[in-house]
Amino acid sequence: MDQTQLSNRIVELKAQLSAASQQIDALAAQAAALGHPAAAEAASHGSFFITGLTVLVLACFVGYYVVWRVTPALHSPLMAVTNAVSSVIIVGALIAAGPAGFGFSKIMGFLAVILASVNIFGGFLVTQRMLSMFKKKGK
Amino acid sequence: METLSALLYLVASVCFIMALRGLSSPETSRQGNLYGMVGMTIAILTTLALPIVQSYWMIVLGIAIGGGIGYVIAKKIEMTALPQLVAAFHSLVGLAAVFVALSAFYSPEAYGIGVPGAIAKGSLVEMALGTAIGAITFTGSIVAFAKLQGLVTGKPLVFPFQHHLNAALGVLTILLILWLVQSNSSAALWLIVGVSLALGFLLILPIGGADMPVVISMLNSYSGWAAAGIGFTLQNNLLIITGALVGSSGAILSYIMCKGMNRSIFNVILGGFGGESAAAAAGRAGGGERGQVKAGSPEDAAYIMKNAQSVIIVPGYGMAVAQAQHALREMADLLKKEGVDVKYAIHPVAGRMPGHMNVLLAEANVPYDEVFELEDINRDFGTADVAFVIGANDVTNPAAKTDPASPIYGMPILDVEKAKTVFFIKRGMAAGYAGVENELFFRPNTMMLFGDAKKVTEEVVKSME
Repeated sequence: MDQTQLSNRIVELKAQLSAASQQIDALAAQAAALGHPAAAEAASHGSFFITGLTVLVLACFVGYYVVWRVTPALHSPLMAVTNAVSSVIIVGALIAAGPAGFGFSKIMGFLAVILASVNIFGGFLVTQRMLSMFKKKGK
Repeated sequence: METLSALLYLVASVCFIMALRGLSSPETSRQGNLYGMVGMTIAILTTLALPIVQSYWMIVLGIAIGGGIGYVIAKKIEMTALPQLVAAFHSLVGLAAVFVALSAFYSPEAYGIGVPGAIAKGSLVEMALGTAIGAITFTGSIVAFAKLQGLVTGKPLVFPFQHHLNAALGVLTILLILWLVQSNSSAALWLIVGVSLALGFLLILPIGGADMPVVISMLNSYSGWAAAGIGFTLQNNLLIITGALVGSSGAILSYIMCKGMNRSIFNVILGGFGGESAAAAAGRAGGGERGQVKAGSPEDAAYIMKNAQSVIIVPGYGMAVAQAQHALREMADLLKKEGVDVKYAIHPVAGRMPGHMNVLLAEANVPYDEVFELEDINRDFGTADVAFVIGANDVTNPAAKTDPASPIYGMPILDVEKAKTVFFIKRGMAAGYAGVENELFFRPNTMMLFGDAKKVTEEVVKSME
């Protein structure tokens, strides 16, 4: 008797499960409909602004504490390396220069890639040159 | 894919934080720089792997050209020219930010912020801010570069209604941004570029040569904020984090530099320091109990220092200009051989950029543990036999402590006057940058060594041998 009860219960559960999955499909379809280009972009932009702002403020705090710990003797390398690091703007330049085809945006991207590369290579190398000169007594 | 690239960007951000963290001591700094390079490589490779990037030849070409130029410059640059170099590099970041913003405006679909002519309003604001800050950084850095390189006079250039004009341009920029957001018009964006370029130029013109440490730090900060602004447009956290790091780093350095001169950041930005008003004050300051100036010979200096127990060397911008750091280190080596205790004292605003003196001394193989910051060494002057001031002036002027009418009143100074004998190596009796005469020159325990810093030091070395 126990076995029939169990199998009945399984059949019941199966039915419930399939009903639930149908509901999920329906919800997904609704979500997809909602996520039509314009609406999705507006929504994601609004929410990104808050995310971005959060990240910005927290990163400022990180920067504040990290930079105050930099020894004054290394302030010149600090400027050189922050300069190199700020060329991470190359990320934007690569996206601009990346798409197939040719156009104004691509030229802008290309120029920005050049400028940022000067900075990346120049900045990191000059920092390295400076840092390699700092030696301790007797070495 | 999107998650993976976001994660890799996060790794790159952490690398950049580690790069700055490494600079807390010279031992860890080289490793820090390595972190920076790794972070940048990750950021670039991750971006190249994005589906939007499809054609590579232009990118490879761009990186090759830019990288080649950067490599050559970094290898060849003289350490004395470091401030100019950094200023020039800042201008590149600024210009790159403008270019990226322009391309985002004309191809917004590549960045997922709308279609041409219908870009999300928030993105337009961020784009416009990034553009404006980038353009200001660009022209501002060019002016700073020209001043540091000596292409234009280092004197502050002031004209009537300067500040009104700058304020008007600032307001105009804000109005243009509003117009851009309302209309999505490309004319508005180009006008923002033009007005900001002019503004950057005008903002830095009135600032004098010796305020350049503040200006460079400030532009450093701007280049960071420009990157952060672009980061909002691109909805990229890596750019925002990095921009914030660089921005706050530059801001802190500006603050340290301002404190080193006892001036507010507004005072520096408004400019005109070291002009006529300061010269007028100088006339009065010098008037009082003026004694005899005692000029010594390099032989005298060599004799006195050899017989001293402790010597503190105070280098300033004059040392950098004369490239005297190598001769100076030779002198210090000879003194150390004689059993003299030699230390170096660095004022926060010595030189033309933060930490400039430390790099120059390191270049001449001076061990960094012999080089001290103002607050660590100031009490040692009381027990020192000799203070050897080479190419510095205002940072030793006791008027900063005693004369409230002096333009440098309140500025922290190195107490060289407490040493038994003070040597000043100077080309002549001219006042320092602030236009203030230094009463120390007339004290009985001061000896002036007139001449080029490098030549005089070499002569001292010769008479020691």
